[in-house]
Amino acid sequence: MSPATRAEVCAVAMADAFRGDGEILVSCFGTIPAIAARLAKLSFAPDLLLTDGIAHLLATVQPVSGPVKSDPVIEGWMPFRSVFDLLWNGRRHVVMMASQIDRFGNHNFACIGPHAKPKAQLLGMRGAPGNTINHTTSYWVPSHSTKVFVDKVDVVSGVGYDRAAKLGPAAKFHEVRRVVSNLGVFDFATRDHAMRLVSVHPGVSVADVVAATAFPLEISREVPETRAPSAEDLHLIRDVLDPAAARDREVPS
Amino acid sequence: MDKRTTAAAVVAELRDGMTLGIGGWGSRRKPMALVREILRSPVKDLTVVSYGGPDVGLLCAAGKVKKLVYGFVSLDSIPLEPHFRNARQTGSFEAAEWDEGMLQWGLYAAALRLPFLPTRAGLGSDVMTINPNLRTVRSPYDDGEDLVAVPALTLDVALVHMNRADARGNGQFLGPDPYFDDLFCMAAKRRFLSCEQLVETRDFAKFGSVHTLKINRTMVDGVIETPMGAHFTECPPDYGRDEAFQREYAATAKSPEAWAEFRKRFLDVESEAAYQEAVRVWQGAAK
Repeated sequence: MSPATRAEVCAVAMADAFRGDGEILVSCFGTIPAIAARLAKLSFAPDLLLTDGIAHLLATVQPVSGPVKSDPVIEGWMPFRSVFDLLWNGRRHVVMMASQIDRFGNHNFACIGPHAKPKAQLLGMRGAPGNTINHTTSYWVPSHSTKVFVDKVDVVSGVGYDRAAKLGPAAKFHEVRRVVSNLGVFDFATRDHAMRLVSVHPGVSVADVVAATAFPLEISREVPETRAPSAEDLHLIRDVLDPAAARDREVPS
Repeated sequence: MDKRTTAAAVVAELRDGMTLGIGGWGSRRKPMALVREILRSPVKDLTVVSYGGPDVGLLCAAGKVKKLVYGFVSLDSIPLEPHFRNARQTGSFEAAEWDEGMLQWGLYAAALRLPFLPTRAGLGSDVMTINPNLRTVRSPYDDGEDLVAVPALTLDVALVHMNRADARGNGQFLGPDPYFDDLFCMAAKRRFLSCEQLVETRDFAKFGSVHTLKINRTMVDGVIETPMGAHFTECPPDYGRDEAFQREYAATAKSPEAWAEFRKRFLDVESEAAYQEAVRVWQGAAK
């Protein structure tokens, strides 16, 4: 079996963000997170709930690319109204993509430039404010650069730790668990919840990450390499979940 | 009571500056025939509340929007509505951008005739700074939490599109999601429902279970039969999204000339029937 690609390392690192989540809904944006949630469900997190992105909860795990071999088994009805109820209820972990993210996990995918007349309109607030204040959030950045890992986001769509701290008890459900980029894995398990470099992907140096990040990261003396995908991980990704290699378009080798 | 009416009669009720709620979600089951009728009218300066799709993009491109209350504007298969993007980047309307869950809460508050409903959604985000009119409220109970008081989104007029309806204003959705159409109707003073097909009340049971009868006649003032009235958004199971036509529409955001051409060919026509005919001709040429 050929060695793991960068995309596959990212998918496994993202999947590990769902460890211990139990029986909750995982909502994923981006190809790597979509593979990651399915990989987690098929290996170590069988109780996760996934939707088809329309209005159904699926008991079966469908591939993200390639031919659909069998109709999904529907285990529940999840129209948008039920999604809002569920996410305010807290039994959800969302992975959103970030156009900008800062040292304390403040996130932006709404627009670039001043909100009143943006230089570039992006997705808008969508559900990011409600997601981040109500349940666990992780982020996926396919192209790590100082344009994304910024000193200050232009608009806060997803709430970071410094802002949550000012809210008092209303922020009791706030958790930004993990950020995965094409260079490494990050979390906020530091004294003041500043972003920490957890691991670097094989072939990436700590200096590479620092150079691509506009704010100071918390970095320990020994930064490990991101966990290598197991043979079973690679089988599931390559043969079951993403046979047409959609992942390579998001993270080129 | 027979509530059958026409798109022209509905739009004749609209006044400049009104607040208009539009049902559906993104590029899904939008009351597009009614939106197209608005585009053919002189109405302007609208405040629009929508889980936005091409309804919003078209109204923005036509210069009808003074203020937009929204969480996103998307064509689904094209994540960002390009005409909405153009309008935002020229600052052509007031952008009341909320979290998408807050929008439901504002409609629900209006539906229940409450001044606001509390939520955590929005707290700590720039929703609170770009919308300086939004206030927080302290829980009167021991928890003492400060929560967002989402103000009621009371609408002058609501427009929704259903798969089936009867002449009395009962509406039936047959797709996978009712979206928030019932709340749009309950939040509005005047409520208009377009449908793919008008049916006898007794025939609803032929099309779907009782759970699909989400809109009852207390929520509706007028019913308009508009076959293909959600085009080019999807309206399952009657039809899917017209992706080819949507791509054509989206591409017209690239230049004023392309938009003028699209407008002349598909929008500045005399009626909905003329629009549907122009689409058929386009589809024939595209094949």
